[in-house]
Amino acid sequence: MSQTATMTGPAPDTHTKVESGPRGPRPKPFFTPQKIIIYSILVFFTLYFLFPLYVMLVTSFKTMPEIRFGNIFALPSQISFDAWVKAWTSACTGLTCEGLAPGFWNSVKITIPSTIVSIFIAAVNGYALVNWRFKGSEIFFSILIFGSFIPYQVMLYPLVMITRELGIFGTLQAVILIHTIFGMPILTLLFRNYFASLPQELFKAARVDGAGFWRIFFEIMLPMSLPIFVVALILQVTGIWNDFLFGVVFAGTQNLPMTVQLNNIVNSAQGTPEYNVNMAATVLTGLVPLIIYFVSGKLFVRGVAAGAVKG
Amino acid sequence: MADTAVDTGRGAGNTGRRGFLRKTFLHNVPAKIAALPMMATVLVVFIGCTIWTVYYSFTNSRLLPSGDFIGFEQYERLFGTSRWNVSVWNLVTYGAMSLVFTLGFGFLLAVLMDQKIRFESAFRTIMLYPFALSFIVTGLVWQWIMNPTLGLQGTMRNLGWESFTFDWIANPRMVLFALLIAGLWQGVGFCMVLMLAGLRGVDEEIWKAARVDGIPTWRTYISVVIPMMRGVLVTAVVLIGSGIVRLYDLVVALTNGGPGISSEVPAKYVYNYMFGAGNIGQGLAAATMMLLTVLIIMVPWAYLEFGGKGRRS
Amino acid sequence: MQTSVSIKDLSLNFGSVKVLEHLNLDIAKGEFIVLLGPSGCGKSTLLNCIAGLLDVSDGQIFINGKNVTWEEPKDRGIGMVFQSYALYPQMSVERNLSFGLRVAGMPKAEIDQRVKRASEILQIEPLLNRKPANLSGGQRQRVAIGRALVRDVDVFLFDEPLSNLDAKLRSDLRVEIKRLHQRLKNTMIYVTHDQIEALTLADRIAIMKNGVIQQLADPHTIYNKPVNLYVAGFVGSPSMNFIEGTLNGPTFTAADGTAIPVGTYDFVGATSGSTKAILGVRPEHIFVGEAAADMPFKTEAEIEIVEPMGSETLAWTTVAGVSVTFRCSSDIDIHAGDKIQVGFDIARGSLFDAGTEERL
Repeated sequence: MSQTATMTGPAPDTHTKVESGPRGPRPKPFFTPQKIIIYSILVFFTLYFLFPLYVMLVTSFKTMPEIRFGNIFALPSQISFDAWVKAWTSACTGLTCEGLAPGFWNSVKITIPSTIVSIFIAAVNGYALVNWRFKGSEIFFSILIFGSFIPYQVMLYPLVMITRELGIFGTLQAVILIHTIFGMPILTLLFRNYFASLPQELFKAARVDGAGFWRIFFEIMLPMSLPIFVVALILQVTGIWNDFLFGVVFAGTQNLPMTVQLNNIVNSAQGTPEYNVNMAATVLTGLVPLIIYFVSGKLFVRGVAAGAVKG
Repeated sequence: MADTAVDTGRGAGNTGRRGFLRKTFLHNVPAKIAALPMMATVLVVFIGCTIWTVYYSFTNSRLLPSGDFIGFEQYERLFGTSRWNVSVWNLVTYGAMSLVFTLGFGFLLAVLMDQKIRFESAFRTIMLYPFALSFIVTGLVWQWIMNPTLGLQGTMRNLGWESFTFDWIANPRMVLFALLIAGLWQGVGFCMVLMLAGLRGVDEEIWKAARVDGIPTWRTYISVVIPMMRGVLVTAVVLIGSGIVRLYDLVVALTNGGPGISSEVPAKYVYNYMFGAGNIGQGLAAATMMLLTVLIIMVPWAYLEFGGKGRRS
Repeated sequence: MQTSVSIKDLSLNFGSVKVLEHLNLDIAKGEFIVLLGPSGCGKSTLLNCIAGLLDVSDGQIFINGKNVTWEEPKDRGIGMVFQSYALYPQMSVERNLSFGLRVAGMPKAEIDQRVKRASEILQIEPLLNRKPANLSGGQRQRVAIGRALVRDVDVFLFDEPLSNLDAKLRSDLRVEIKRLHQRLKNTMIYVTHDQIEALTLADRIAIMKNGVIQQLADPHTIYNKPVNLYVAGFVGSPSMNFIEGTLNGPTFTAADGTAIPVGTYDFVGATSGSTKAILGVRPEHIFVGEAAADMPFKTEAEIEIVEPMGSETLAWTTVAGVSVTFRCSSDIDIHAGDKIQVGFDIARGSLFDAGTEERL
């Protein structure tokens, strides 16, 4: 092979013809002013973003006397789990003193069915909108998307009345219904765009084979939509877990989700505030979405970006 | 009308009315049944509830909705209430600052992240994680950090910097900046991710062409790349904007509207009048004003984005 | 002849992956060089190195006698045309052409004059106020060429400029580029994977594989005297027929025992004894019927498939136990199942060493 290149000049592995002067890669000093500026800004922002997480964790492991000493940066002199135990089991939320545990289980009871129902309905919507268009389906979809920008407060009171009429106000069903309604625009958009990206021939072939609406949905479309299901799952679980407004309005005092309980522990507590318990409770509430975030990594980014990038 | 191509064969035999009924209601039946939840949501919630709210904002409903029309009286009272006026002013001030800084920092960080830096994914993970947290968590952490006696201010003073002041949360004139710091902490990472996606969407050959043309990097960003990112920028503005109008949880957790009423926002005003003060009419009028604000922002955008469909390709 | 671009001992690694290895290439002033090869062969990488868009790992690049190895692209005296056109989408054609010059701070009168000249040459004057989105693919590519033109440089680099166009436009623009070269007489380095573009445009073609130039020669030599089996197989469509066998003195014996005389072949070097070899013959160098009668090698063969292409006919048959394609005039009336005489002269074919795959 080497012979073939000789037509161009010298044998390739002799360096004789290389002349003096610049040769090889451009010299690149490791520290250029530009790089120093770039990394300084990035590090500054990194500190800004990490500082609250650090403070939360450090505070939650301290004892109250140590906190009163007044150094928010300092590591705990001795790691104490008392605040965590109290936050979980016996912190007072205003009415009761059972800690965050009931709130956690309420959030689980709200999040799981809400996620399942809202994703299922949105998947069917997206499928119908792409493959079974009917007169007006696009108009419904447009209003649905436009409606997602209406502030919740505008529809809040009528929804309270509707759920009251249905006899579910102040129950888990009400919160699930509300999450399904307000999750619908973004999820439908997600599924519609995804199904539209699948080859239409697949759907046509199934129809030629005589499959109907539901059979095609369950046997062809669903098995192909795992990636988008994961994205939707991440979006919904974090979204519903983090909800405050719907929980406080619709769930009723027996079913208040974790975010509401947390806010009660911190903001409506009687007596001297226990900052270590507050921070432990805060970390506990943030834990579920944080775990989802760190585990899902790129998919989370895709999820939030998918919500943003319109089809 | 939409189905003429499919039905021409049979359509000839159908007589007017029955053919019409058939086409409208019997075509695609399973799809229509499946889409019932969506139709119900659109008709009952997004359209029905909105109209209901606007309608009853003109009544004197107090504990329960009533049919007594009082015209614009609720609105007159609304704009005669200092708490509402403060709320609106806060939202405008906070919104403007939040929009500018979120976009600015988001874009700046995205550009920095796009400079082939090391540890890119670590930086991104750190910048985006606050976005996964709820506003309540965000608000409570910053409430603790900004605690005047034991938070950052107290710590700095204990460490010997006696004049250090960071009591924004307790200072009516600075409390909006406290909200801003927490809000930016939560939202800048998301904006950065959006912008970065936009930057990465720019054809690499455009950058090569600009280098061959001898355009400096900063000039390429301003003259070539930013104009190309119009779509992402508009999306970001709409998302940040609709988030700002909804601003509620963060205020509840961080300041609960205080000190006094200095950090009240419209969404909180609505909630308090509907569920706290038992003055539904007033709450509905405030909610209608929020709707109006969103419409003023959304309608021109929707017109620009979807009005001239032919232009986009 | 004066050298325009000179590449000396150039290497490029991405981590441990060697993309270009000890590459040398001298390009004369006004020459049209085509870098041809399959995707991933390093041809675009080489072009990007010449442009200064990629940093080389070792070696030097000279343009017009000046060592530009460390220079910025804008200071190298090059203009470049990209596959995706890479026009600035928010600027009018006029601003696309002039943007670089304006940033460089050139006087307006001179900019106007250059834009005028370029748009005249490329016949894009009516388009100057349009945005790229409102141009057809062919028009966009003209503007992209114009952007290189206004830089008033000696060396033009083309990175697969026609790949995004449909077949008809591609052949039109191909002629335009050739005309442009004849008019401007610039040095042009043109990367493509399309052998027709390469054969029609190039003064010399450099065929690349795995970061190494296999053969650098004029199109006629590349086509008729491929330097190794790879080049022989890559250039030509339908591709060259290959017959494996043994070379012994003046006779090539195919695997099935068919003897093919190779006395008329012009060997590169001396061969001795018996060598495993591969015989290659292009489809159009196989003759049929009476024309085959005079050939040093001829045999009876049965036509298996006939593909009439309009101007010519392609046919498949079996010779020496190997499936062989040949090309003949469409006037010759042949059908599947016909038994006809086919023959060829090895003087127009090639022989390769089966081991080294080099030309014998």
